[in-house]
Amino acid sequence: MRLPIHEETPTETPDIAEVVLAARHVTKSFGAVRALKGVNFDVHRGHVTTLFGENGAGKSTLMKILSGVQKPTTGEIILDGQPVELGSTTEAQELGICIIHQELSLAPNLTVRDNIFMGREIRGRFGVDYAEEERQVRKLMEELEEDIDPLAKVEDLRLGQQQIVEIARALSVDARILIMDEPTSALSAAEVEVLFKVIHDLKAKGVSIVYISHHLEEALTITDHAVVLRDGTMTAYAPRAEIDLEWIVRNMVGENFDLGSPPEGYDFGAPALTVKGLSVPSHTDGELAVDAMDLDVKAGEIVCIYGLMGAGRTELLECAAGRIKPVAGSVELHGQDVSKLSISDRIQSGLVLVPEDRQRDGLVQTMTVGRNLSLASIQNFTRGLFTSRKEEAVIVEDSIRDVTVKTDGPEAMIGSLSGGNQQKVVIGKMLVTDPSVIMLDEPSRGIDIGAKAEVFRILAERAREGLAVVYTTSEVSECLSIAHRIIVMRRGKISAEFSHDTTKEAIMAASGESLVH
Amino acid sequence: MSATSTNGAVAAKKSGSFSLIKVLLEGRAFFALIAIILAFSSMSPNYASVGNFLIMANHVAIFGLLAIGMLLVILNGGIDLSVGSVLGLSGVFAGWLMQGVEVGNVIIYPPVWAVVVLTLCVGATVGVVNGILVAVFKVPAFVATLGSLYVARGIGLLMTNGLTYNNLSGDPSLGNTGFDWLGFNRLASVPIGVIIFAVIAVATAMLLTRSAFGRWLYASGGNERAAQLSGVPVKRVQVIVYMLSGVCASVAGLVLSSQLTSAGPTAGTTYELTAIAAVVIGGAALTGGRGTVLGTVLGAFVIGFLSDGLVIIGVSAYWQTVFTGAVIVLAVLLNSIQYGGTRRS
Repeated sequence: MRLPIHEETPTETPDIAEVVLAARHVTKSFGAVRALKGVNFDVHRGHVTTLFGENGAGKSTLMKILSGVQKPTTGEIILDGQPVELGSTTEAQELGICIIHQELSLAPNLTVRDNIFMGREIRGRFGVDYAEEERQVRKLMEELEEDIDPLAKVEDLRLGQQQIVEIARALSVDARILIMDEPTSALSAAEVEVLFKVIHDLKAKGVSIVYISHHLEEALTITDHAVVLRDGTMTAYAPRAEIDLEWIVRNMVGENFDLGSPPEGYDFGAPALTVKGLSVPSHTDGELAVDAMDLDVKAGEIVCIYGLMGAGRTELLECAAGRIKPVAGSVELHGQDVSKLSISDRIQSGLVLVPEDRQRDGLVQTMTVGRNLSLASIQNFTRGLFTSRKEEAVIVEDSIRDVTVKTDGPEAMIGSLSGGNQQKVVIGKMLVTDPSVIMLDEPSRGIDIGAKAEVFRILAERAREGLAVVYTTSEVSECLSIAHRIIVMRRGKISAEFSHDTTKEAIMAASGESLVH
Repeated sequence: MSATSTNGAVAAKKSGSFSLIKVLLEGRAFFALIAIILAFSSMSPNYASVGNFLIMANHVAIFGLLAIGMLLVILNGGIDLSVGSVLGLSGVFAGWLMQGVEVGNVIIYPPVWAVVVLTLCVGATVGVVNGILVAVFKVPAFVATLGSLYVARGIGLLMTNGLTYNNLSGDPSLGNTGFDWLGFNRLASVPIGVIIFAVIAVATAMLLTRSAFGRWLYASGGNERAAQLSGVPVKRVQVIVYMLSGVCASVAGLVLSSQLTSAGPTAGTTYELTAIAAVVIGGAALTGGRGTVLGTVLGAFVIGFLSDGLVIIGVSAYWQTVFTGAVIVLAVLLNSIQYGGTRRS
């Protein structure tokens, strides 16, 4: 691995002239999951420091610790050379640290003005001084060159405008250190340009900025320093002038861990899943999340769908599974149109989905491991009116062994398992129904690399036995693992298709994270 | 019925040591009932006799029936405020049929079995309406069933003009006698009402622990989205639980009006709250997905034996209300300790 010419590895005691805010040896654990494993991080005074890393690398966790949302398990935060305890976001704000979250934290039922001054309303003689608040909001919007009415309700604004309101709120508290977690993911190109102008102005005023973005090229145009985080550990530090996109990708993805390779030595069967001209409306605005999409997956084939957030991957899979209704197009299973079938009928006929958010859509937290595993296949062990405990126990024991769930037994509560094992339960639940097509939405989200490799191994084994597998991911390294074919989605359409011998750069370029040389 | 004890055993095994507090917490409704019986027996010699237990059980049966229906709805994550009114409406409807229905110029006196079946249909209908409002039209369960609470009570009042149907014993010459059998007769000296309660409790326990429907109910109450994606027909489950709750309320209405041989439109007022209390004391979580029939039955006995005991030792009705309230708060407090603890570990 080539090293950058000038290392910027943080020193044990941060240089006060250079570094305004620093994290030293910070760790953070959520139950059995270690999100951060001893991280050092410097925020450079009056500069933009960009934190790069894949999903689940721990970027958002680190930002939450720096802004007082969460407390580190161990380690310390140093502000201007002094160790500080950030007990809450309010305490952080008082010290001049402000965060713009990835998920919007606005109250949609309130006006722009009320949102911007939420929790720190300007007091007048008769309660809140609304006129003064409104005047300040208008001034902020002028600075941001945005035509947003201070009295408009947030729910009536476009997503991009809501993001601007979030930024305006951070600006209104005169933050010295501003943390922006994916601020551009919902913005149009013109809005991004305005935001970058604002960032330049803020820098000129001496504000230090921490920036996180999946749009690597975009981030490179604005940043002064780059830091890369991978699996909870910092892998590289460098000034902007020393680096290029290739350097970032190499450090982000790593080259060492093997997530497997496409299973070989057999021929694919007949087409198992066929999607024709499928269009799905977006739930946030009136546009199409999936736009006249065609997809063919053969028995035994593994297809990976790569795309950025909002590319339409989740909508495509949920529509194929029967969760949401399409506005046009059809879904066929072995040549049979299943578009009219309910979710349970589709499961019966062999088409199953492992959802993206396992806490919200995958698991029933009030039930045991065994009952979660058998939930989708109750019919298989129901005899007449009653379920057969014996047959259920056999199915559950087999499944636990099959997908290698580490548990005290089928009677353990599902919440006692680690994230990776919970994910295996969700996958196992669907495999028990003996499907012919399995779709997995971000199966590796929030699980550690070892569990990731095991999940992929299980899928590859099943594909060899004739199962058609479709999985989505937003991590390039996972595209180049077990998939025979990689499809890149962008704005609801297929923007490119690759075989498994392609490169990471080519995939990222097609997704919109363009790498221009 | 053994679900509680198995869970308890597993929990104790998992923690690696036998924990007295855990056992007390898991079986709290049972221990509370024992404590109540011991306390009142020491205070009154009349309390601990088979005869008195059967009388009290007969009282418990009424809101025990409501509580079992309520348990199904609460397991689903909902609430059914209409059961007290449905109980009243069912009694009035049965009374109205017993008085004879005018069709054209003829007055028809339906036989008792027909009265029972038609009355159960009334409860089922109200339940299905509740279920459709909640499942299909996404009306919050609290509001939908609050509406039916008023509507059912209003219809009961309209049917009787606010009066009470007396004399439901029927007439041998009309062939519709036997209505009071439900309330007065005994099988092996056990009141019929108690037997009906026991049969429905056992049937519901079987439904919950051994049938696919029971599993669907626990799953959709625990996490509706996950259940739906696993192929559980969540809407159908929702409609059915409200229907069953309505049917249970009708059964309770029949037993009560048979015990009284009269049917008043205001019968069962606020019983829905007693039913909810019994379910909660029995350890069910109002957020859905947790609870057992055994717990609910014990919860109903705790409330019934407590309030009857207070009557027997001569405590005023006002104090009874205070005690019942305190027991409910204590139960909810213990629930949050139990489930809060599971979530943290």
